Order: sequence, then C-alpha cells, then structure tokens
Amino acid sequence: MEVAIVSGKGGTGKSSISAAFATLNGKVVLADCDVDAANLYLLFNPSHEEEKAFITGEKAFIDYSLCTNCGLCIDYCRFNAISFKEEMVSISEIACDGCRLCSRICPENAIGMIRNDKSKIYAGTFRNGKMVYGRLAPGEENSGKLVNVVREKAKQVAKENGLETIILDGPPGTGCPVISTLTGVDKVVIVTEPTISGLHDLERIVELVKKFNIQIFVIINKYDLNLSVTREIEKWCLVKKIPVAGCLPYDENIIKAMVNRKSIIELNPELEISLKLNMIWNRIKNQEK
Amino acid sequence: MMKIAIASGKGGTGKTFVATNIFYTLLKNNYRAMLIDCDAEAPNSIAFFETKLVKEIEVTQLVPVINTDNCTYCGKCHEYCNYNAIFILPPMKIIQVIEDLCHGCGACRVACNFEAISEKPVSLGKVNLYSNNGKLSLIEAKMNIGVMSPVPVIKAAVKHIDNQAEIVILDSPPGTSCPFIQTAGTSDYVILVTEPTPFGLSDLKQSVATLRTLNKLYGVIVNRAGVGNRDVYDYLKQENIPLLFEIPFKKEIAELYSVGKIASEHDSSLSKQLFATVENIILKYGSSNSKR
Repeated sequence: MEVAIVSGKGGTGKSSISAAFATLNGKVVLADCDVDAANLYLLFNPSHEEEKAFITGEKAFIDYSLCTNCGLCIDYCRFNAISFKEEMVSISEIACDGCRLCSRICPENAIGMIRNDKSKIYAGTFRNGKMVYGRLAPGEENSGKLVNVVREKAKQVAKENGLETIILDGPPGTGCPVISTLTGVDKVVIVTEPTISGLHDLERIVELVKKFNIQIFVIINKYDLNLSVTREIEKWCLVKKIPVAGCLPYDENIIKAMVNRKSIIELNPELEISLKLNMIWNRIKNQEK
Repeated sequence: MMKIAIASGKGGTGKTFVATNIFYTLLKNNYRAMLIDCDAEAPNSIAFFETKLVKEIEVTQLVPVINTDNCTYCGKCHEYCNYNAIFILPPMKIIQVIEDLCHGCGACRVACNFEAISEKPVSLGKVNLYSNNGKLSLIEAKMNIGVMSPVPVIKAAVKHIDNQAEIVILDSPPGTSCPFIQTAGTSDYVILVTEPTPFGLSDLKQSVATLRTLNKLYGVIVNRAGVGNRDVYDYLKQENIPLLFEIPFKKEIAELYSVGKIASEHDSSLSKQLFATVENIILKYGSSNSKR
C-alpha cells in the first residue's frame, strides 16, 4: 500500500505527520518526495547504503571560439533565454529550459549542452524500516522526474525487504512534483490548517486529486487555532463527500520533537496528539474504498 | 524600481504573511508599491486586500498538432524533443503528442521536413490584475489545476508590472527549484523567511546555496521567533548572513492571519518595524528612483 501525504499549502505539517505515521507500528518504507526541501532525514538519520546521481536536465552553453554572432539561435529560442549582451550572443542560465533547439540549429555547431547532474537520490535504513529520499542540488530543476525516481526506488526497496507500507511525504502545491507523487498511489492524505489560505489551497489540491481517482482523507492540523474556519472546512468536506480522518490540536511538542530529532510518537506516545495520530493512521490504513 | 522577492525553501514559514504585511506598510507610507503573487500553485495574497479585478489575462503555451496525412513516421520530431513529449511507433503508424510533457519549445516543428506539424495554444492559467484605491497594485499568477509547471504563468505575471511602481514585492512559491528561481531571478533583493527549527534551518541552507549560485543579494527574517532552538541564529552568524528582523511567535498574529487580516493593521509596532526593515533595504540596495 502506497500512501501519499500532501497539502496545497506548505507548512501545514506534512513531514511531522509522515514521521508520526512512519513510527507508529510495523516497519515501513518512508520516501521523502519533497525533493526541494527534503527534511525527514534530519529526524531519522538514515544510513546511506546507496547513493546515485540524478540528471535533472540540460543547459545550453556557447563555444565562443566557434560562434560567429549570427544570432539565429535568438530567433529560435522560445524561452527568451538568448540575447545580445555587449555585442555577444549570450545565454541566460536561469531562462534556458534545456530544449536543445539552439544547439541543433546552430550553423557553426557552436552551442553545446551541459548536463545538470548534481542532484542525488539516497536509500538506506532508519530505525523503523527503510528510507529513500532525493535532494535536488541548488538551482536545479525538474523535481517531478526526481520524485518518480524516488518512488521507483521505494517500491523496489519495499519488495526486496518484504515491506508492505510505503509512506510518501509529498511536496506542497499542485504542480509537477505533486502530480508525480500522486500518480498511482492507493491513498492520499491531505493536510490542511484552519486559515483562509488553508481552505483555499485545500480546494485546489482536492480538485487535482479528484482527477486521479484515489481514496482521499483530510487531516485538519492545528484545528484549535481557529474553530470557526475548522468548522467551515469540515462542512466543505462533507459537501464534497471527503472523509475528515481527524483533527489535530496545536501542540508545541511537535517542534520539541523536531528539535530532539524524533517523531511526536517517539517523543511521547501518550500525548493527546499522538493518540489521535494513532487513531487517524489506523483509520486510513484499514478503511476500504 | 526595486523588486524584492519574499521566499523560503520550506512552505508555511510565513512568506505570504511577510509579503502582504510589507506591502501594506509600504502603501501606508505612501510608496507606489505593487504586490505580485508568484505562488501560482497556491496563490493567497490577494484575499488580504480590498481589491477590484481589473483584467484577466489567459496564459497559453503552444503544443504541436500532428497532421498524420503528411507524417512519414520518420521519427525526427521524437528525436528533437528533449522532453519525451512525442510518442512514436513507426511500424504501427502511431504518433502521439503527450501534451503534459510538452514545454512548447517548437523543436519538433523545426525538425519536421514534411509540414506535418502545426501548433495550437493550450491554457496554462491566468494572470489577474487587481486595483487598490484606483491604481493597479496587485497581480496574481494562477496556474490551472493539472498543469505541470507554474513558470510560464509566473513569467507572464511579472511582465505586467507597472513601470511607475517604486517598490515591487514578489510573493515567491516555496522550494528551491524552477518556480523559485524564476521569481528570485527577476528580483533585486531576496528576503528569505525561515523559522528557528531544524526543518527551517535545513531548508534555509538550501535556499542560501541557490541564491549564491544565482548571485543574489539576500537577508533573512526569522518568523515565530521563540520556538525551536538557536541553530538558525548560529548559522546566520557563521555565514555572515544579515538577520533583518525577528517576528515573535504570538497566537494573536496567527489568529489575524487565519481569518485573512493584515496583522500590521492591528499591531502598530510590527508595522513600524517591518517598514524600517524594508526601508533599510531600499536605502542600501535600491536604485535612485526607488529611494526617497
């Protein structure tokens, strides 16, 4: 069973909740799909049994010993990445999308491509199973592809070790890394918080998830920060026929656990929030579609 | 004009909170300011202000359309496509465009020698222009659900910045990859918002590394000061990164935010201090026409 934890809005508590789920019972495979901001390794300090480079894409560069400054590439580039700078053709690394068209049409063969290969994927063991995570190198792109690689690795590790549950800690938003996280999972848990922004982003992510026909659960985190917005979210979920798996209270122990490099369950399994997380996880695991 | 991006590697550190409050204090201090919500996957800034929608602009991208009457299944378009967006099985005479993977670069059209490829626009999202007190002041980039990359919508939004604006605040999407780079890349200064926790620190380091490769000026605002530990502060000191401001953790601030209110409107000391922080940046790094 593959369960993805996502949210439209960042900072709703995805990683802390994923960490809790990963330490509640039997051994699991935990995959950190938030490759822009992978954080779970901080809590679980997994061993590095495997490390692999990941090619995120390419960037064009000019060989000035061959370039005649004809400017043909400027006309072809649709990303406005090439322009004349101080009478020389120049490629902006930020704007370049890596499509390679300039390199193909250059009559002097003066444009080459450099591979971005500084991003990494890691696999190893942590105290409650196996862990897989990707880290995107600073400034590199295409996190959706890296998410796919992380998920494939997680499935392979699960199979090799006879582990049934894969927990995916997803990235925020609705774009390509999120779509890569959702494609083909069995269940998705959407974490939201009782703010106007939280509700608005919940609506957007639900619209996305509905395209995939996956079983959805909602968790309202820090529900007691604003009870009236919490009620509004519950009502909205009822209308949309989406089960609210549970509400979690605001609890400073979440940060305390993080500082101590533990999940909230490991910090103290008897806290109200820990007991609730246990209940929510059982509900998510056992509820048939 | 000076463009200041508000960003963070980690989501939910308070980017939108800082962006909307800075924008509010700039307006209050009579700056001709604009707020651009570049978080196209989850735009939330506009709701904090009384605005009037002035214009909606559709953002599109071109994708190839294959005319199978002319196609010889030679496979050159597939070879030219660097995004694997053209699927081809020559023996079966099957060719298909996977629109979700297409970046609209036009390489396939250049590749085709048989005039079998034309292009059509598909919608990626919208740029919404809003006025506040009669002036174009807020721009929202909003990506359609199901679209892969917010970058084209962000690029389109930035193009509508009013030349008359003195200070432009860009509310950046979270993360350190393409959408963030697009937003930070167009700015003169980046304010990174973080929180004093291990996750906050780890993501801050990632953001700093990215901004260093982009060669950008930046400083840090610590939000929810008082929670967590001191590691973020030690890191800032050690790396010589300016700590611009600390926003204390207060439940009242979180409550105001949760109902879509600007905290600076109700908390004059926060408003004053935030304004002083931004004015310092403007005086130090702004161009002549953004200074007073």
